[in-house]
Amino acid sequence: MTIGLSHYLSVSAILFTLGILGIFLNRKNVIVILMSVELILLAVNLNFVAFSSFLNDLVGQIFALFVLTVAAAEAAIGLAILVVFFRNRGSIAVEDINMMKG
Amino acid sequence: MTLTAFFFYIFSAVTIASAVMVIASRNPVHSVLFLILAFFNAAGLFLLLGAEFLAMILVVVYVGAVAVLFLFVVMMLDVDFAELRQGFLQYLPIGVLIGVVFLVELIFVVGAWVIAPEVAGHGALPIRNPDEVSNIAAIGEVLYTRYVYFFQASGLVLLVAMIGAIVLTLRHKPNVKRQDIATQVARSRETAIEIRKVEPGKGL
Repeated sequence: MTIGLSHYLSVSAILFTLGILGIFLNRKNVIVILMSVELILLAVNLNFVAFSSFLNDLVGQIFALFVLTVAAAEAAIGLAILVVFFRNRGSIAVEDINMMKG
Repeated sequence: MTLTAFFFYIFSAVTIASAVMVIASRNPVHSVLFLILAFFNAAGLFLLLGAEFLAMILVVVYVGAVAVLFLFVVMMLDVDFAELRQGFLQYLPIGVLIGVVFLVELIFVVGAWVIAPEVAGHGALPIRNPDEVSNIAAIGEVLYTRYVYFFQASGLVLLVAMIGAIVLTLRHKPNVKRQDIATQVARSRETAIEIRKVEPGKGL
């Protein structure tokens, strides 16, 4: 049996769903939420590369490269914000992040 | 079963299993380590798809930079993670419900995917024969010519992220002595030494 495009799309769909599920389950832990976002971006990249390979078009791989760049930048900024927040509050629980609500 | 299919199933099974462990494991350090495992196996999937450059970049950037950054932060912050896990079971039913509905919809959409035969190979940048032009060379040929502005823009994104992370986390402690190179260089003989006449037999 040959591995077609739908196999890769299914794997990527499962990864995406697991990322969303991770955000739902770990609502209090910002670090795991950030990791779930990384999983979601990985699923998107897998989609891009699978379409690029099966449609025989290189643009998908180029775009996946840019998605990867933005994901790295997002992780760096997110973790920096997390560190600053931890210094100020001594906790990273999401429900504590409503100081500016007024 | 061909070798490609065999490796596809191994890589995807390990990727999905470690993704489950990322969101379900009790200790965030384990979560990060499973995230690394997921990235490695996703790189394997990329290799199967013929995207060698992206597979290597995934290992270098994600495992080498992002996951290690996560590991640093998880280990640096002194957080009571057991407390953060409260409510895990409370949100489990609604999370699983939404997840299953979403997954079924996605599978319905992608399951019956067929590419029209006249579409494949007529994209903007057809992939050339890997024996003649390697994947890295093909990406490099278009990345630095056709997509050079996007390439520069992504460099700017990284620069802004780097400056932002430094500005956010840098703090000056008041009692730390720092080196001031300008004052050091500006020192002259007059400011550095002072000549006093000392009378014999007396101190200063």
